[in-house]
Amino acid sequence: MMSAMATTRGAAVVIVGGGVTGLSAGWWLARAGVEVLVLDKGIVGWEASGRNGGGATHVYSPFGLEEQRLWPQMDELLGYPTEYQPFRIGVALSETQLALARRWAEIGESRGFRWESLDRRQLKELVPIVGDNAIGGTYLHFGGHANPQRTVQAYAWALQDLGGRIVQHTTATGLTQRGGRVTAVETTRGTFGADVVVIAAGPQTGAFAEMLGAWLPLAPARVEMIATEPIPLMRVGGVAGNGLYGRQTLRGNLVYGGGPHEWINVPDMATPEHANTPLVRNLARRLAELFPGAAHVRVIRAWSGLVENTPDGLPVVERLTRPDNVVIATMSSVGFGLSPAVGRAVCELVQHGRCQFADLGALALARFADTPRDWRERAGWAAAPTAVGAAVGGDG
Amino acid sequence: MRGTDPRSIAGKAPTPERHVALVVVGAGVTGIAAAIEAARAGIEVMLIDEHPIDNDMMAMDAPLCFGQRIDPSVRNRALMLERVVETNPGLASAYEAGVDVQLGTYVWGAFVNGPTVQELPAPMLGLADDRRSWLVGYDRLIVAAGARDVLLGFPGWERAGTLGAGGAAALLVRYRALAARRLVVLGSGALGLQTAALALEHGVEVAGVVEVGARVRGHAATATALAERGVSFYTAHTIHEARGRTGEIESVVLVAVDGTGKPIRGGLKEIACDAVCWAIGLVPSVELLHLVGARLRFVSSLGGWVPEVDARMRTSVPTVFAAGDCAGFHDGRLATPDVAHAQGRWAGLAAAESLGARARSETQHEVPVASPAPDTGPHAYWQAWLDSLIAAGGWEVNVCQCEEVTRRELVETKPPRYLKWDSPQMNARRLATLLRDGPVNQDQIKRLTRAGMGPCQSRRCREQVGLLLAQAAGTTLDRIPLPTFRPPIRPLPLNVLWPADEPAAMRDTWVSWFGIPTQFSPHWTAGMAIDEPTAHARLILSDE
Repeated sequence: MMSAMATTRGAAVVIVGGGVTGLSAGWWLARAGVEVLVLDKGIVGWEASGRNGGGATHVYSPFGLEEQRLWPQMDELLGYPTEYQPFRIGVALSETQLALARRWAEIGESRGFRWESLDRRQLKELVPIVGDNAIGGTYLHFGGHANPQRTVQAYAWALQDLGGRIVQHTTATGLTQRGGRVTAVETTRGTFGADVVVIAAGPQTGAFAEMLGAWLPLAPARVEMIATEPIPLMRVGGVAGNGLYGRQTLRGNLVYGGGPHEWINVPDMATPEHANTPLVRNLARRLAELFPGAAHVRVIRAWSGLVENTPDGLPVVERLTRPDNVVIATMSSVGFGLSPAVGRAVCELVQHGRCQFADLGALALARFADTPRDWRERAGWAAAPTAVGAAVGGDG
Repeated sequence: MRGTDPRSIAGKAPTPERHVALVVVGAGVTGIAAAIEAARAGIEVMLIDEHPIDNDMMAMDAPLCFGQRIDPSVRNRALMLERVVETNPGLASAYEAGVDVQLGTYVWGAFVNGPTVQELPAPMLGLADDRRSWLVGYDRLIVAAGARDVLLGFPGWERAGTLGAGGAAALLVRYRALAARRLVVLGSGALGLQTAALALEHGVEVAGVVEVGARVRGHAATATALAERGVSFYTAHTIHEARGRTGEIESVVLVAVDGTGKPIRGGLKEIACDAVCWAIGLVPSVELLHLVGARLRFVSSLGGWVPEVDARMRTSVPTVFAAGDCAGFHDGRLATPDVAHAQGRWAGLAAAESLGARARSETQHEVPVASPAPDTGPHAYWQAWLDSLIAAGGWEVNVCQCEEVTRRELVETKPPRYLKWDSPQMNARRLATLLRDGPVNQDQIKRLTRAGMGPCQSRRCREQVGLLLAQAAGTTLDRIPLPTFRPPIRPLPLNVLWPADEPAAMRDTWVSWFGIPTQFSPHWTAGMAIDEPTAHARLILSDE
């Protein structure tokens, strides 16, 4: 069966990874009339892209202004609902938290966005479930949030509506190189020829870079979130603070994450189960502290996702010079909100070799040229030794 | 030169409040037999059961479908505890055998190390009562969690009064708190007949037993005995709708159906009743088994997704055993509790021996297996019911009550109504277009439509969503991947789930995201750290 599919038709641009970055890139390319194919080892957006806080407030980023410009248009551009909602409220329970919330606001202000300081009374009017433990907050007249799963599906569908193709349940395993160029993507279901290849494979992006002789240091980690039953809609759903990120969904659920991550290893191209830990209790505690008025609300599910980070936590979005027909894109664990802009940047890198709307200099791969191979151990970002077989269920 | 990341989970792993050699979840016939057997072999055993369930949980149809027909007496916790103990004499035997019996205790999570979790010092369970939650570590776990209710939708099933056989039996027998006087039972297999008999025994009138098939499925003698006590049997009938004022069921309208489940014109009958009980089958409760990573497989004749177990009831996870109904059962076994008992003893002995207890001579029995299934399993039967309900009630019936998703919205994969979304692109999308990209996946479709995403944690709709999707996709349930279970597997309030105290390290180093100082720096001010306090963070960018 595999060999029969070896002749599968490729595309002008083959994108490895149907996460939010790859799908947005594919959609922008399809909009530009480029023949595009997205490969995913499972279902599109099934990993961290489809299960995150949904925040869309990253004005500090080189993609930040474009992010802010695009989000309000995304529903219309895609033709499908993303549940995008504008504005953010920051709640502070301490002076440290207040300073942090204001710092975020001021960065926005320096880019020309408006914000207001909120006292406790104003905060309670906007967010009735905050308590007397809140000392104040910020109201950002910029930023926002959307539904991650609905958004990835929207990218995927919109891409298909424009003639792009998505091939799911197909794991990319290698890159065929000929004459200094990548000519095809090898997969578990045959080889897909390509003029340009985009690697947007999340934690696996580094492994593909390695195949091309490029050093992309990435450390995968697991992070967790909880969701409550729905409560009445607040005027602004994008409320966060107390060390939590998240939002109230348009259905009314409170969906929040934060706290310690666990550095892990993801062998090969594996797709591990999404496991939770008792950290869900600590998340519940912080959420009840943030919203004492909702402390009685029930948690109905928790989940986890895998994200990857570069050593400085900044993205790598770059068209390689050799081979010169490959674009590498990892957002270093902060990809969802920036996806409309990053997809456009990747599209421009594919089409023009450079991004025309943002300076990507700070995101160049070259900054890791001297990063030692054992950087994870040195930073304390290595996975725990696996000498805990007993807890897995072995006989000890 | 190994650094540390103070923002990571390293060094903050949760400490269980207690560690027990063997935890048995579920104090039914099986769990009690397992606990006693292991305790007699000298093993320290904790036996946990969630009954008596608090009123608020019951009102959410967790863990069984109680259909809002709950007498207020269930708020009296002391009285309910007394009743639970009184109606389950095995509990006293377990106490006597030295088992630590924990009643009124939910098991809401099971946490083990695996590919993405390596920091847990031991496998552990998340427990809770109506006031707080805590963690208990274990060396061995026996899951004897029993079975869940299966409900199918009909017009009006959102009204108070739609129960499951498990919920009805618990209210009748354990709690003596069924707030209904006249019950219509749906399904005439062993479970349906047993439910009708239980109701009569406890002074509840049975207004009828409805069967979509042409004849009664259960034992003729049992059916005859019920008929002699005045129970009417409506074979070749299905539910047309439930009626009543103010969100209550006050009657059901039945409709006669032909051999294919299609309504026969003019065949309507209205029957006064205040409750309708689905008794067409139960499903093994495999939530915890899924969470510990035990391999599950779909075996229709055993009730659906069941754990793979060896001859000693050991799952694919060597420290975890599964016994009783949660390991798979069929309608015919309802009459033979001895199988459940034998399986429990067997699992208890196997767990004890795996912990070093000496095997006793009498353990050389044959493996207690369920007798062969009387037919191919319940799923074809459920499908026949569902077909008749669709034929009688149409596609505009809610399949998911919590999120108000209709059958049509499910199979057309519509976004939820509250988005008020309409676009030509969206209208062109339906299940068929999704299937062009890959096989049907219940988890994917629940996230698009929200069917199964509500507070009841899909207890009321999981099976019918699966059946509808399988049918619409032209496949069968066994070919659809298991929709995942997520912790907490009981809906718990934030202020119950939260830990009373936390290690100082958890509090002091908590950040919303990784705490990498440059991650959120304005790109135009290179190197300026703006995120949460990151005094200890260390960047490794070059070989220092």
